[in-house]
Order: sequence, then C-alpha cells, then structure tokens
Amino acid sequence: MNEGDAQQAAETAARGSYGRLLSLIARSTRDIAAAEDALAEAFARALSVWPERGVPDNPEAWLLTAARRSAGHVRRHLGVRDAAAPALEQVYEAMHARPSPDFPDERLKLMFVCAHPAIDESVRTPLMLQTILGLDAARIARAFLVEASAMSQRLVRAKSKIRDAGVAFEVPEPGDLAERLEDVLAAIYAAYTLGWDDVPGEARAGDALTGEAIFLAGLVVQLLPDEPEAKGLLALMLASEARAKARRTADGTYVPLMAQDVQLWDGAMMAQSEAALRAAAALRRPGRFQTEAAIQSLHNQSVMLGDVPARALLHLYDVLVRQSPAIGAAVARAVAYGEHAGAEDGLARLDEISPDRVARYQPYWAARFHLLQAAGRRKEAASAHAKALELTRDPALVAFLRSRLSKAD
Amino acid sequence: MQYMLIFTEPTEVFARREDPAEAPAYWGAWSAYMGSIAQAGIMVNGDGLHPPHTATTVRVRNGKRDVQDGPYADVKEQLGGYVVIEVPGLDAALDWAAKSPSALYGSVEVRPVLPPPAR
Repeated sequence: MNEGDAQQAAETAARGSYGRLLSLIARSTRDIAAAEDALAEAFARALSVWPERGVPDNPEAWLLTAARRSAGHVRRHLGVRDAAAPALEQVYEAMHARPSPDFPDERLKLMFVCAHPAIDESVRTPLMLQTILGLDAARIARAFLVEASAMSQRLVRAKSKIRDAGVAFEVPEPGDLAERLEDVLAAIYAAYTLGWDDVPGEARAGDALTGEAIFLAGLVVQLLPDEPEAKGLLALMLASEARAKARRTADGTYVPLMAQDVQLWDGAMMAQSEAALRAAAALRRPGRFQTEAAIQSLHNQSVMLGDVPARALLHLYDVLVRQSPAIGAAVARAVAYGEHAGAEDGLARLDEISPDRVARYQPYWAARFHLLQAAGRRKEAASAHAKALELTRDPALVAFLRSRLSKAD
Repeated sequence: MQYMLIFTEPTEVFARREDPAEAPAYWGAWSAYMGSIAQAGIMVNGDGLHPPHTATTVRVRNGKRDVQDGPYADVKEQLGGYVVIEVPGLDAALDWAAKSPSALYGSVEVRPVLPPPAR
C-alpha cells in the first residue's frame, strides 16, 4: 500500500467509525453538538495517526477509548462541555461488557433525524455531511458557496432544534418510511449535484462532494436493502460519476456526453451502477431515481454503441416527469424530444413549463438556445443565449456556450 | 416530552362558531378531537379561546402602560386555542397536530414546553 492509499484507507475508516460512534452517543441524549464535542479530539487524532500506523482492528473501540480519555481531560480542566459524557460512558461500558465489541450501526436513524421534515431543507445535506462523515463546517461551506460562519450558525441552530424539539432517533414506521426516505435520498442527491450547473450533458464546478454522496447512498443501500429507490440513487450517481474523467479535457474544457472519450470512463463503476439498477428493478417498486438511473444507463450504452434507442429514451423521460416535479426533469425531457423528435417538438415541450419556474434556471435557457438554434430561429436563439450566459457561474461552461454561438455564426 | 399545540384559525372561521348552520359541525369536530386526546391519556391541559376581537394587548414602555384593543398582531390567522400534550417525541406531537380541525383550514404550531428548572 502506498502513502496515498494508506491516507485514503485511514480516512474512509475514520469517517465510517466516526458516524457510527456519533449516532450511538447522540441517540439517547438527542444532543448532536455534545456528541461532536466528545468525539472531535479523538477523530482528529485518528485522522493523523491512522495513515501512519495503519487502521486499528476495531476502529470504533479505538475512537471510543480516545474520546473517553479526552472527555475526562476536558472535565478536569474545564469542568464544562461534558453533556455527552454520561452517554459516552454508557456506550463504553456496554461495549466492554461484550467479549468482542461489535458496535451497532445507528447511522440510519441519524440520517432520518438530519433529513426530518421539521428541519429546514437547506440545512439537511450539510447536517448529514457533518454528522455522518465528520466533515467540518468550513469544508461544507465552501461546497455550498456560503461563508463558513453562516454555515456554522445554520448547523448549530439545526442541532439545537433537534435536541430541544425532541426529534427522535428512530427509523420511521413502515407506513411513513417511503415518504421519509425520499427526504433522506433527496438530501444525499443534493450533495452530489452541488456545484453542477445541471445542463443536460452535465458539467461541474467547484468543491464537489460526489464521493461523499456516493458513500452516503451506499450506506443507505446497505442499511435498508429492501428499498429500491436507495439503490436507484446509488446507480444514478455511479453512472454519472463513471464519466467524471471524460467530462473535461486536460485544460478544463467541457466535453458534452456524445463527444466523450469512452476510454476515459470508469468501467468498474459503470458495472456497479448497472448491478445496483438491476437489484432495484428486481424489487418491482419503480420511482424517480430508478428512472433517472435507467436514463443514464441508456445514455452510456448509446455513446458506447454509437446508436440511441430513441423511443425507449423518450418513454423513460415521459415516466420521469410523472414521477418527479423537478424542473430539471422537464427540461431534460424537452432536450431529448428536441434531439430525437425534432427541435420544434422539443421547444413545444419547453413551452409547457411555467415561465416563472424557469426565469433564473440556467439549464432551461441553455436548452432553449440549443433548440432554437437547431430550429434555425437565430434571433430568438441569440437572446436565449445571452440569458443562459448571464446565469452561468462555471467558466468552463461559459467558454463552451461561447464556442457554440460562434460556431453558429 | 410535553408539547403545546397552538391552533390558529383564519378570521372567517371564527364566525362559524356563531353561525347556526355551521356551529354544530365546528364544535363537533373540536370536541371529537379533544375527546380523542383525553382518551389517549396524553392531555396535560388545554383551552379554547374567545375570538380575537375580544383581545386586549398590554405593553409597558418607559414605565408607561399602553393598552390597545385587539390582538398583538393584525394577521390573517389568529390564535383560537391550545392544548398541552405529553408524548414521546416530536413525531407523535406532529401526528396529533395534523389530526386537529384547524390543521385543515388554518395551521398548528408545535412547540416543546420548557421543563421546570432543575434544582
């Protein structure tokens, strides 16, 4: 194992054990902030020691012992901030009463807490990234393009709401599970799409958290093996992530899907995606993420075979807009129709979307430009182009849009 | 944990209380709801309130008392009553709030009750 691998292995193990331990300690007190305080030093120590000395055999036990030691230390020196100490002690004793400490995994409950409907939607994803993976607020703030202090404040407020309002650490009853799981999956997907200007064809900017999102979805799949939408989400993200290397040239220029070099795709990841999608389909409960994953799978096959099964693709998009109210789905459908049923057909479908929903939505204007240009309506195309440019943050995407206009001239 | 469910109702709904055609259904729904809370054994206390036009608001500023006719804010939905219930957590409180008549035409704010100060 080389140094980078050792670092990677240590980080993965530390993140895994951190979330397991945090959820275990916070479960009884509902006090996430106190549990974080109790674990912070131990976690930081793990991140610096494990890459050098290797991951211990029982990483949770290592972290717990280190946390208990530092909690005692803090108590002696400050006499405060030990709200989680009794819970820490309880977990320690319970674990050491067993012959071989096998830590129960309560992370799923913590995920349902983070994505609880009583928690503001904008803070669900940051909360999950911080509590399950131990990401610090500054890193999360960078990805969300907000000030670190503002992000910390939102996280602190959400955690006190969870503690004081009595949000329970429970997996919802079967009757509520599907609806509540949707919120969890949406929060994970939001981490994945962060910094994407989700133009059909894709591009990504900034500090992406795609690996983190894939880890979280994998965790839900592992802990709720009978939920097809969790598998669908995992398949969707893997299918897209497999193309990550082909999406930009060496100098950062954006490459649209149909022009990508298939050699640069990650075949193993694509196979994992296909396997997850098949396993989801076998459960026979369709849903939005499974449909999106199927669309991505079809895209990937089309590029590899050089031939698009247009009818199947358009059918999947029709299904998708019935399952998902997202504007992104409606825009992507219009683009697909524009490509395979004619530009005017695509434009007609864009016109079905209510104008106030798309006024500030860049992908709509990029799609509109593309279709108007294909339909030969150049004057209208130019004004849609201006609007799309105005709404684009990513410089690589700006360059791409510029090159498209000059080609047309 | 104890939660207060704070029932707010649109101004026009208060008129139903007195309307001979609508009053029976209005009060019937509320007594069925309060009855189910009592039956579940989770009732701590609760009251319905007279309509907002009966409210008087008091403020003391610079030692001077300012008394005004009407509720503290003139908004479309007004406090109509409250109940304090004892349930395991927020989800149970939200379930009870969702069953109330005013969830259908007004709204219900759910707030955890502060426990008495530890001594």
